[in-house]
Amino acid sequence: MAYWLIAFPLVMAAVTFALPSNRWRPWLLPLGALGHLGLVGVALSQPGDAPAVSGLSGWLLLDALGKVVLGFISVIFFLCSLYAPGYLAIRSDRPNRIFCANLLAVLASMTLVVLSHHLGLMWVAMEATTLATAPLLYFNRNARSLEATWKYLLIGSVGIALALFGSFFLAYSSVKAGLESTLLFDQLITEAPKLSQPWLHAAFVLLFIGYGTKMGLAPMHTWKPDAYGEAPGIVGTLLAAGVTSCAFLAILRVYQICRAGADAEFAREIMIFMGLLSMAIGAVFMVRQRDFKRMLAYSSVEHMGILVIGIGIGGLAVYGALLHLINNGLTKGVLFLSAGNIHRAYGSKFTDDVRGAIQRVPLSGALFLAGFLAITGSPPFGPFVSEFTILNAAIASGRYFAGGLLLLLLGIVFIGMGATVLAVVQGTPPEQEEGNSYHDNASTCVPILLFMALVLLLGVYIPPSLESLLREAAALLEVKR
Amino acid sequence: MFQILDPLLIVALALNFVTLGVSRIRGVINAVALQGILLGILPLFVHPDIGFRVILLVGVTIGLKGFVIPRFLVHALREATIEDEVKAVVNFMGSLLLGAVGTGLAMVFSDTLPLAEQHKHSLLVPASLSTVWTGFLMLTTRKRAIMQVLGYLLLENGIFMFGLLLLEATPFLVEVGILLDLFTGVFVMGIIIHHISREFASTSTEHLTELKE
Repeated sequence: MAYWLIAFPLVMAAVTFALPSNRWRPWLLPLGALGHLGLVGVALSQPGDAPAVSGLSGWLLLDALGKVVLGFISVIFFLCSLYAPGYLAIRSDRPNRIFCANLLAVLASMTLVVLSHHLGLMWVAMEATTLATAPLLYFNRNARSLEATWKYLLIGSVGIALALFGSFFLAYSSVKAGLESTLLFDQLITEAPKLSQPWLHAAFVLLFIGYGTKMGLAPMHTWKPDAYGEAPGIVGTLLAAGVTSCAFLAILRVYQICRAGADAEFAREIMIFMGLLSMAIGAVFMVRQRDFKRMLAYSSVEHMGILVIGIGIGGLAVYGALLHLINNGLTKGVLFLSAGNIHRAYGSKFTDDVRGAIQRVPLSGALFLAGFLAITGSPPFGPFVSEFTILNAAIASGRYFAGGLLLLLLGIVFIGMGATVLAVVQGTPPEQEEGNSYHDNASTCVPILLFMALVLLLGVYIPPSLESLLREAAALLEVKR
Repeated sequence: MFQILDPLLIVALALNFVTLGVSRIRGVINAVALQGILLGILPLFVHPDIGFRVILLVGVTIGLKGFVIPRFLVHALREATIEDEVKAVVNFMGSLLLGAVGTGLAMVFSDTLPLAEQHKHSLLVPASLSTVWTGFLMLTTRKRAIMQVLGYLLLENGIFMFGLLLLEATPFLVEVGILLDLFTGVFVMGIIIHHISREFASTSTEHLTELKE
């Protein structure tokens, strides 16, 4: 089962690569995504730690935490893949062989990250996601996307090299303690109380910086505005919802080890500090942002901050953070894809040129506005519930300063982001450029509507099966008192 | 057992300084390649019983780090018609000085680290830290895209040295996976360098400044 989950998208990637027709190739994406979704459905329905979904003598295993992320990634990818044929039909002038094949390769490597219970294997998979996404960023083949790709690749690779250093430190902490050196999670968690503390601390810091770079936490976020600003909307969604979630999962795995070693306090303080810093930097750069795609990147920096704050606060906030992972990812899907449509309709992504989107492209404009309301935490959408849960837990656990700052920064983000979004949506649209005939149609809008429907659903009703899965996953991360 | 490595590690350290001091990119590529070959040999001295897997690992490491990647970079250098000259933000004297200070600090710092008894007096940890430092220096102070790739390779070399302390913990599959990722990474970077040179008629990353606030 575990092998199938990884092999299926890889095989589909190979088939996609081999298919000669530029026109029909994109249709393999929904097919591959649907197959993956089906396999994930079967994997998720296995009870408990799913021994059926394991492999390589414990190196691959699907636990509750993995189930949350895997299910989420598969849904995101499926909805993105529905958008792909419509989008690539508009861009039929460009060859899409590498683009389509790499999208499926990213899905395979993300699945491997989620399944791996071995630090080394997870590292290899994580680096594979970086390498597979790099050509996706360069889809537009111009100077700007080239610059973005270079920065993404270099900063991502260096960051992840530090994570490798950290993984070695973690293994060394068991050597120093006189234990057999290992990189297997489950073994490290059992041995955690005996591990050498200084090495464990150093390892956590390096791994946090390394995978935090991939996640896009400030101040290691510098690749993000460039990459998200230049990437097609579908790639932006995959990065902001999928790849960053994998990096977050990697941090959670390391945190699990710290927690088992009664060393969580150290890690939690770092997480709260870095989370608030990310929120602050995201908020500052969102104010007066003229480029609405870059604005989404800073929003992503902000929400990655919220995720680690949630884990840092602990208690109920852990549940909130895991829920927010899903809510944020789905809402990012709405925002990136609708922003992509607006970008296409105007041939620009700057607020100087883009006005009155709600008149020019009514559906995309309305969805962009609704996505903005959702992501800034307005009820009744999903992010409101998860952000409120985190805030609630912060106050309840007596972290008034962190809670207060969180609230203040959310306020600044709302105002800053609102100014840019309203400038895009309202007003009278300028004269349409000649040769630009983009109009909203079913193929580019229905996937966004589906994203939006899920965001709304999670705001008003969390299915019991998801609820219990989230609780089970949160239990793996809660601090023993 | 780790003391046997010291002469080799001193050569590896000296190569760090070569990478900072030579003015031709090809010289830097050669130095990094030689360091790669040296690193490839090291597992033979670390591992108590040399089995098939260790031999294979040595072969793959030397092949990739010593030959395939450097060849590819030389190829990229020629293809992109990059002039074979290092351009730096910090001059060579300054870089060497920074490298020396970093190496010195790495030595002092390693002494204070809580290492396991068997690793206490080995040069492995200071050499690793110093190579990581050299990699970062190269990444931040060199202007050409290809030099940044070489900086990344040095950084990986440094981490590889530390990894030798844990040869049992990182199984063969992972080692090879890491090497494969490294190679693919360099390969993709090479392709991008080619595009950069076509787009800007230069591979200096000074041109990559359009995206900012």
